[in-house]
Amino acid sequence: MTISKPLGRQTEKLTTGTQAVAQAVKLADVDVMAAYPIRPYDGVMQAVAKLIADGELDAEYIVAESEHSQFEICKHASAVGSRVFVGSSGVGWMYAMESNAVTPSLRLPVVAMIGNRALDDPGAFGVEHNDAMAVRDLGWLLFWVEDAQECFDATLMAYRVGEDKRVFLPVGLGVDGAFITHSQTLIKIPDQETVNEFLPPYDLGERLLHPDNPISIAPQANEDWVMEIRKQTDDAAKRVKGVIREAHDDFRRLFGRGGDNPFFEEYMTEDAEYVLFGMGSLGLPAKVMVRRLRDRGEKVGFVRLKWFRPFPDEELAEVLGRFRAVGVVDRDYAYGSPQHGGVLFTDLRAALYDAERRPRVVNFIGGLGGRELTPEMMDEMAYITKRAAAGETVPTVSWIGVRE
Amino acid sequence: MSSGTEANTPPVAQDSAAGRSSTEVREEAKSVEFTYRGIYQKTLAANLCKHVVMAARKRDWLGSTIQRYGDSPERNGVPAKQFAVIAPDEMRLQEHMAKYEPNELDVITVLDDTLCDGVESWAFYGRQPINLRLRRGGTLLVISNRSAEELLKVIPRKPWDWTLAILPGTPSLGGLWVYRDDGTDMRVLGAIARTRPDIFEFSAVESVVNEDEKLGEEHLAALRDGYEEVVIHEVAAGVGKEDDYEPVRLPGYKEMREGIIVEARKLGERNPDYKTSSDRTMRPVVNFDTCIKCRQCWLDCPDECFDITEEGFHPVNYDYCTGCGICAQVCPVEDCIVMVNDLEFIEEGNEDVFPMWKEDKEAYHRWREEKIANGRIEHHDYFNADTWAWSGGKQADRTS
Repeated sequence: MTISKPLGRQTEKLTTGTQAVAQAVKLADVDVMAAYPIRPYDGVMQAVAKLIADGELDAEYIVAESEHSQFEICKHASAVGSRVFVGSSGVGWMYAMESNAVTPSLRLPVVAMIGNRALDDPGAFGVEHNDAMAVRDLGWLLFWVEDAQECFDATLMAYRVGEDKRVFLPVGLGVDGAFITHSQTLIKIPDQETVNEFLPPYDLGERLLHPDNPISIAPQANEDWVMEIRKQTDDAAKRVKGVIREAHDDFRRLFGRGGDNPFFEEYMTEDAEYVLFGMGSLGLPAKVMVRRLRDRGEKVGFVRLKWFRPFPDEELAEVLGRFRAVGVVDRDYAYGSPQHGGVLFTDLRAALYDAERRPRVVNFIGGLGGRELTPEMMDEMAYITKRAAAGETVPTVSWIGVRE
Repeated sequence: MSSGTEANTPPVAQDSAAGRSSTEVREEAKSVEFTYRGIYQKTLAANLCKHVVMAARKRDWLGSTIQRYGDSPERNGVPAKQFAVIAPDEMRLQEHMAKYEPNELDVITVLDDTLCDGVESWAFYGRQPINLRLRRGGTLLVISNRSAEELLKVIPRKPWDWTLAILPGTPSLGGLWVYRDDGTDMRVLGAIARTRPDIFEFSAVESVVNEDEKLGEEHLAALRDGYEEVVIHEVAAGVGKEDDYEPVRLPGYKEMREGIIVEARKLGERNPDYKTSSDRTMRPVVNFDTCIKCRQCWLDCPDECFDITEEGFHPVNYDYCTGCGICAQVCPVEDCIVMVNDLEFIEEGNEDVFPMWKEDKEAYHRWREEKIANGRIEHHDYFNADTWAWSGGKQADRTS
């Protein structure tokens, strides 16, 4: 990976993932935030409130009476030209689903932090990715972050990509509860000037809802209209990858971070024979596992997906085709799906179907409800993937770390 | 246990250092735990973790802090933990961070001495020893006005030598919802610098405080006070309370009932799996002779911990009492229910004291009066107007 020298001044700060998001919200100069508390999202609600109280950010901060209203408020504020920030977790996010489901069709670039949380019952705070994944087919762009630094970086990236005129789609940031939201690490924060260079002001243009620009949004429509509306969103979704590439190049040039590939990160894959593949905070134990096994001569690597929507199918097919086997780690479940595997697994298999070189793809379901994925569990997954690479018979889907 | 060593000769970390040079040991990642009371000390623990990392940063180390997520520290008094991990470089930091909760702690800091009796953030875990994950040669730092002998009656023994550092003072419970600075964080940092300079030197944390414009002379004074006042005791292997902790065996998915169902109890029975007494810093002591049997305590107790006897009295089942003090507030008879610091009951544990009263009323009253004289608590410290209560290491006057 080549790292260029960042422009401008960067300051170091010890922050949690949610505090890092709040720092980016401040530098993005967000106009409206609507809040309703639920763990682990609520950390960002506290952090932004503190920035406003301390006079560091001038924004409307609206505490709603539910998540449903919270997301409606931001959707509407976005339509009148405000840059908005919103978020939730688990069942709170699901309660807002009526609003979430229509935001992409309205082509409003709402940015939401989804502090990933199990869908309770049972009452549980821990991470699972099923909450954010509920919008995966609806037009939301979804990015999964690895650590507090990426919380900051991806928030700026979300505004830049979502508000691009070729896109105008909402963006969800998947932030693993506890592992990222509740641990503090040192991050680098750029200055306002450099952020301004990366992120132009939010401009809806002729779609701005304003008395001087008489338009009406989302009237009743019948079958004569709906399919064309869907096709517009489909076209926009197809344009996103190009916009991400541009934004990523600018990001690296200005901030000196982000790696070579805008869509996923490859870790020690150069001569790898098999790799694990996953999203979010599992990058940390996975990398520790790869280093340990490499010391023992194993040709193992790790690929971490950043953008889950749009799914970088062609890019992944090209890279993963180099390996004999890929072990997909799902921090989610998809009951009754093909092979009873996870969501990521099923998507990746579909993406590789037309590829010239297809690795074997096996699946691991683990870390549900906030359970840790330890380096030792990663060892176990790497071992099964290695056996798959050698052509041995292994289960297509394995649950890791579940008590029998 | 050896006698307390001179405070100005900090012990060398007796790590499991066999076969390694002192430089190697010094360059290892370090983990510091802060065990605290939910809500009251949440911000205090967070402040401490942050300062450990910032002090380590002064020698170009990296660090991270972790709030143990499953604790739900938003519940008043619940034992909870935060960790600071520091390491000389990114690779070694990642090795440690890859395991969310550190397996071995170099320092465990106990922000309220009533936690020494064991911690139980979720009732089904069982009461875990305060020093469960203290590594060989590690340091347990406690804020307390009690002696090492007293504390070692509740702190379990270890199979190796370790260090008990006592920072004289009243545990600060001054952070209910809004954090109130009483200098405790500074004193604890000073004490860590004294006992474990391998974590950070005094000069490092001093310069962190100097550079923080929100902190002033009084904070520097508190930092120095902690450094000077901490008393260090070397504890030999085998000294301390018998360790009877057994890790809980959790059932597999084939054993569990489907549909997220757990066993409950019939009316009138208590659930032996949901005991909450480690949330407690103080407990009610009842005078059965002045009790008018009005049942207010029984009615208002949020944890339903009052039993009913044939005579119509209400003894406390201390296994279920969280020490909230509501019973003492609603009791209409003066001093019939009095709240007393929980560490006064090391001998009694959670035993029912009603049989003692039935058997020998005079002995019961002597016992009761002694407990009240030693440890009466009129109210939690968050009502205490004297925010810098540690001053001179003396307990603040609670009755004012």
